[in-house]
Amino acid sequence: MTKTYAEINDKIASGKAVVLTAEEVIDYVDKRGLEAAAQEVDVVTTATFGPMCSSGCFLNFGHSTPKMRISEAWINDVMAYCGIAAVDVYMGATQLRHNDPANMYHPGEFRYGGGHVIEDLVAGKKLQLFGLSYGTDDYPRREIRTLFDIHDLNQAIMVNPRNCYQNYNVAVNCSDKRIYTYLGILRAKMRNMTYCSAGQLSPLLNDPLYETIGVGTAIWLAGARGIVYSQGTQHCSLAERGDNDVPVEGAGTLALTGNMKEMLPEFVRGTSFKGYGVSLALGVGIPIPILNHEILRRATVRDRDIQACVIDYSTDYPQKTGKVLARYNYEQLRSGEVELNGKKIPVTSLSSYNKALKICNLLKAEIEAGRFLLAEPSQRLPLNQGMQSLNITGPAR
Amino acid sequence: MITKKIYLYFPKSETEKPIVYQLVKQFDLIVNIFRAKVTSEEEGYLSLEVTGTQENIDRAFGFLGTFDVDIHAGNKGMLWDAGRCGQCGACVVHCPTGALSIIDRATRTIGFCEENCIECLACVAACPFGACSSNF
Repeated sequence: MTKTYAEINDKIASGKAVVLTAEEVIDYVDKRGLEAAAQEVDVVTTATFGPMCSSGCFLNFGHSTPKMRISEAWINDVMAYCGIAAVDVYMGATQLRHNDPANMYHPGEFRYGGGHVIEDLVAGKKLQLFGLSYGTDDYPRREIRTLFDIHDLNQAIMVNPRNCYQNYNVAVNCSDKRIYTYLGILRAKMRNMTYCSAGQLSPLLNDPLYETIGVGTAIWLAGARGIVYSQGTQHCSLAERGDNDVPVEGAGTLALTGNMKEMLPEFVRGTSFKGYGVSLALGVGIPIPILNHEILRRATVRDRDIQACVIDYSTDYPQKTGKVLARYNYEQLRSGEVELNGKKIPVTSLSSYNKALKICNLLKAEIEAGRFLLAEPSQRLPLNQGMQSLNITGPAR
Repeated sequence: MITKKIYLYFPKSETEKPIVYQLVKQFDLIVNIFRAKVTSEEEGYLSLEVTGTQENIDRAFGFLGTFDVDIHAGNKGMLWDAGRCGQCGACVVHCPTGALSIIDRATRTIGFCEENCIECLACVAACPFGACSSNF
């Protein structure tokens, strides 16, 4: 029994598609059996909501009179990259605000940055553009200061080189002082542990071998219709995997893009990590077409079947020793407490299961209503790709 | 005996008056101060819990009313903005009293119980979304 993308899209268009969330499909397959369920179910919706640092957006401002090239720009005092064509800029999620003391007084607060600019844009707020240029014959203006909102822009296109990490580290701190990381505040002597994955709802954990999620896949990017435009940066599919092919470490990543003008503010949120920096929390939903029972079987993955590695972020992570302290599955992690070396450690998440579940249901409703059609990938993501380290070379001193 | 949470704001003219002393002495209230602060502009903020008979608490509120003090009954110095909450739960482990907790395990919903909050403000640092903030 196999289905094609065209057959599933026909059912979606006629409002007859059977769509389940990645959570619902688990019990459904248990009750109906894999073969029968594979015939009945057309789409499984997956999602994730969490901080995704490698996010940002291209903005086009249109031209003032007289024209300006804009070679340096700040939006609400956060610097945007201008090394592209006139009045195009790229705002990155982790860019700090001008004059932010960063970690000069450790731990820094990082209250506002690129992620917050992107949040404010999607929320329709007025922001301030300050731009400088050197002046040319065709672009004479050398300075600009004006207020704008997203509706004043010609384009606001989110372009995220690395989102939706397939799996992720679990962080702990074995040192005797508190540390501040992108996985949150880690108390000394293993007094807490944090993870960051939607587990059984997460897109690439439901399609571990990239059978349906590839370049060209139609996605729900914070409410907008987006696509996977490439493998994500640091896509490293050559990772250790369990018997179910589910990786136990980072592994695959996706590069995503979508129209920011169509996004919902609830799912585009600037974040501040004390002592670390700013980022953007983003909601992504990806539909998995049930083309055959193998794809369905993989989409029924449960929290207890997905393992993650505990890494000491005080030494092993920064020093790249590769040491793994322990492994737990997401059912254990989500229970809120695990035991390591005879010590009970409270566990919390940086990724929101609550919001991921909400996205699964929003995407499900759109597909059921015939408003969201699937797209067949034009390229598969690389399956046996490793990752290189940066070796420090250069003239000997 | 009942317990009430109060959050007081004192303008500069009132910061040097021993108001809390009078709450204990005159109205026989048990006072539990969560946080107190006098700013560099000499304005005062005080977040506390008072326990006593209804009658004494009513009289104490009347007494507070004779000063130029803003009284916010039940309104504490720590604010949790449900709309800003990213529902991740990063705060939960840092909250010593369980005021911030997972209130629905099935949907992993995070909630805030004001009654349990002692205003340590550990959540303010732990929340990446800026959902937790302090009135002072």
